[in-house]
Amino acid sequence: MTHFEADIRGLRERLLTMASLASTAVRQAVKAMIDRDDDLANKVEDEDTALDTLEKDVDEVAVLLLLRAPLARDLRLIMVATKISHDLERVGDEATAIARRARELNREPLLKPYVDLPRMANMVLEMLETAISAFVDSNSERARAVIPRDKEVDLLNKQLHRELTSFIAENPANISRCLNLMAISKRLERIGDHAKNIAEEVVYFSEAQDIRHTQPNPDASGAPAAP
Amino acid sequence: MKGRFNKPSIDPVAAFFTGLTGLATLFILAILGVILGYLFWRGGGQVSWHFITGGTDTDMFDASRAGIFPMIIGTAARVLLMTVFVIPVGVITAIYLTEYARSGSLLTRFIRSAVNNLAGVPSIVFGLFGVGFFISFLGGSLDSLSGSPEPHWGKPALLWASLTLAVMTVPVVIVATEEALKAIQPGLREASLALGATKLETILRIVLPNALPGILTGGILAISRAAGEVAPILFTGAAYYLRDTPKSLTDQFMDLAYHVYVLSTQSPNVELTSPILFGTVVVLLALTFGLNLIAVIVRSRIRRQMRAAH
Amino acid sequence: MSDVFPPRPRPATESGSPPSPEAVQRSIIETEGLSLFYGKAQALKSISLKIQEKVVTAFIGPSGCGKSTFLRCFNRMNDLIDTVRVQGQCRIGGEDILGPDVDVIELRKRVGMVFQKSNPFPKSIFENIAYGLRLHGTRDRKTLDEVVERSLRGAALWDEVKDRLHESALGLSGGQQQRLCIARAIAIRPEILLMDEPASALDPIATMKVEELILDLKKEFTIVIVTHNMQQATRISDYTAFFYIGELIEYDRTTRIFTNPQRKQTEDYVTGRFG
Repeated sequence: MTHFEADIRGLRERLLTMASLASTAVRQAVKAMIDRDDDLANKVEDEDTALDTLEKDVDEVAVLLLLRAPLARDLRLIMVATKISHDLERVGDEATAIARRARELNREPLLKPYVDLPRMANMVLEMLETAISAFVDSNSERARAVIPRDKEVDLLNKQLHRELTSFIAENPANISRCLNLMAISKRLERIGDHAKNIAEEVVYFSEAQDIRHTQPNPDASGAPAAP
Repeated sequence: MKGRFNKPSIDPVAAFFTGLTGLATLFILAILGVILGYLFWRGGGQVSWHFITGGTDTDMFDASRAGIFPMIIGTAARVLLMTVFVIPVGVITAIYLTEYARSGSLLTRFIRSAVNNLAGVPSIVFGLFGVGFFISFLGGSLDSLSGSPEPHWGKPALLWASLTLAVMTVPVVIVATEEALKAIQPGLREASLALGATKLETILRIVLPNALPGILTGGILAISRAAGEVAPILFTGAAYYLRDTPKSLTDQFMDLAYHVYVLSTQSPNVELTSPILFGTVVVLLALTFGLNLIAVIVRSRIRRQMRAAH
Repeated sequence: MSDVFPPRPRPATESGSPPSPEAVQRSIIETEGLSLFYGKAQALKSISLKIQEKVVTAFIGPSGCGKSTFLRCFNRMNDLIDTVRVQGQCRIGGEDILGPDVDVIELRKRVGMVFQKSNPFPKSIFENIAYGLRLHGTRDRKTLDEVVERSLRGAALWDEVKDRLHESALGLSGGQQQRLCIARAIAIRPEILLMDEPASALDPIATMKVEELILDLKKEFTIVIVTHNMQQATRISDYTAFFYIGELIEYDRTTRIFTNPQRKQTEDYVTGRFG
C-alpha cells in the first residue's frame, strides 16, 4: 500500500468513526427522551465534541490529500468525504438539540406515550445506517433506495405537527411540552435530510453522477402555468 | 583536534600522479621550446626582407643573396588550391554520410572504412598515385585528346600537386565535418522540417551554417597536414629550381618544404647553406602558423556571430 | 395533464462542459484503424479517433505508450525514421495525409509542431519567426515585420522581446525559448498545432505561461498536446485520450476522464495505481 492509499484509508476510517458516533448520539438522545433519563441526555451533549473534532480532522486530511492532486475515484472520495463529515457533524448537533429538549420535557409530566417519535427516530437511523453501509460498499443501488424514504419522514413530521397543534388548541398548559416535541420531530426530520444528502454523495462517489435536486418536486413541478 | 570535515593530510599517491602529469606536460613544452629555439637560433638571422621577397635569379645556395619568395608563393598556392578542392568534396561527402545515407547500410560502412584507410596511407604513396593517376592518366588523356605533340597536361604541375594533396587530406575534412554535423542538436533539423522546409533547405539554411566552425576546423587540420608534406608533391609538381613563380595551374612550382629537402641534400657546401636551410624552415613554420591563425580567427568570429546572431 | 404541464427539461448533468466526442459533428483530424510499426515492432495498434476543431485534446499515457508516435503521424514526422511503416487511415480536414503522393511540405504548413525541448535556431529572434515565412516565399520586409510582431504577440512574448528582436534567440530563458518556438510555429498560420510535451522542461512559472498561452491559442487553432503531467491535461484540455502499449484505451471529455474514467486501466493510471 502506498502512503497515499494509507491516507485515503485513514480518511475513510475517520468517516466511519463519525458515522458510528453520530448514530449512537441520535439513538441515545431519543432513548433519553423515552426513558426520561437526564444523565443520558447530558452524556449525548458531552460527547458531541468528538464529532466536531473529527469533522475538522477529516478536512485537514482531505486538504493534505488534495495537495497531491488526486484524480478520478480518489478525487471523488475526498470531495464526498468532506461533505459527508459535515452532514454527520450536523447529525450530532441535531442529537444534542434533541437531548436538550428531552431534558426540558423531563421537568413536566408525560404528555402522552411516545409512538410516532420513536418510529421516526428508527426510520432516520435506518436511513443513516443504510447510507453509511452503501458508502462502505460503494453500493449506489442501496444509496439510491435511501432517498425516497426522506419523503416518509417528512410526512410523519407534518402529521405530528398537526397532531401537536391540536393538543395546543385543546389546552394551553400543553404549549411548552408540545413545542418541545415539535422541535424534536423537526430535528429528526433534519437528520433524515442529512441521511438523504449522504446517500446522494455516495451515489456521486460510486457513479460520478450528481443526482442532487433532480427529483421532481410535486409542489413546484408545473412552473409554466397554463394560459 | 581532528573534526569530521577536516581536510585529510596530503595523499602521497595523488600527489605523485599530479606531479607526473605536470612533468609530462612540461616535458612536451620543453621539447617544443627547444625545437623552436634551435630553429630560430640557427635560422632567425637569415630571415630578412631580402630573403623573403628575393627571387632565385641569384645563386640559391648563397646565404647572403638567396631569396625564397617563389617558394613561399608556391607553397601558399598549392595549399590554398588544395583547400578549394578538398573542402567541397569533403563537406559534400560528410553531408551524404550523415544526412542522406542510411546509417549502418553496407554502402555507408564501405565509404567509412575507405575514408579511414585513406587516412592511414603513407604520403609517398599519394605522391606515386598522383603521378600514376593525375599526370599519366588524366594529364596524358587530356594531352592525347587535345592532340598536342608536347605534353601540356601530362607533366608535373601545381594543379596535380594540389589535387594529390586534396586526396590525401580529404579524410580529415570528412571526419571533422561529420563530427560537426552530428554535434548539431537534432531538434534543429526537426524544427525546420516541421515548419515545412525540405531536407535540402534544412541542410542549407540550418545544418551547414551551424556546422561551419567544425568544417573550418577540418580545413585547418588539412592545411596543417598539407603545408609540411613533401612526399606527395615530390613527383607531382614541385621543382628543384625555377627562375620564377608559377603563372598557371599547369606550371611547376618551388616549394618551401621541398626546398628544405633540396638544401639539405643537394647543397655543395652544407656549412654555408645551413643558414638558408634554417631560415626557410622558420618561414615555413611561420606560414603554416599564419594560415592556421587566420582559420582559427575566422572560426571564432563565426562562432561569436552565431551566438550573438546579427 | 402531462400535455398541459410538460415536464421541465432536465438540466444537463454536464452543463458547461463540451459535448461527448461521439456527439460532436466537426472533427478535423480523423484516424481509422491506424497502426504503426518500427520494423517488426508494432507501436500503434489500430487507433481510431476523431479530434475536434478548435479545442485542446491531450494525449496521456505511460512512457512508450505510443502517444508521441501517434501525434507525429499528423505531420508525418515519423517519415524521418527509415524503418517506420504505417497502416490504416488518417485524414485531416477530410483529406488523406498518409498516401505516397501527399505533399508533406504542404501538410506541415497546415500542421505545426512544438517540441519537448525548445529548439530555437541559433539565429536572431526575428529570423527564428521569419524562417518559415522565408521558406514559403515571403520576401517583403513589411510583411515579415508584421507577421513577426503578430506571432510574438500571439505567443505572449512581444513585450518581453520587442527591444531585442535582432539579438540571438539563444539568449532567451527556457520558457521564453519555448514560447518563441510556439510563435515560430504559428507564424505560418497552421490550422493545427501539435505539441509534444511542450512544458516538460520548464519551471512552474514558465509552465503556467505556456499553459495560459495554449488556452488563448485554442480560439484560433486546433491543439493536440502530449503530456506526462495529468494535472496539466486537466488544466488545459477539453478532451483527453489515454494510451497504453500502443492502444487507445479511452477517449472522452477531460473532466470525465479525470473524475470518472470508464476503463479500469485509465482509472489505475490517473490515480497512480499503475502496474
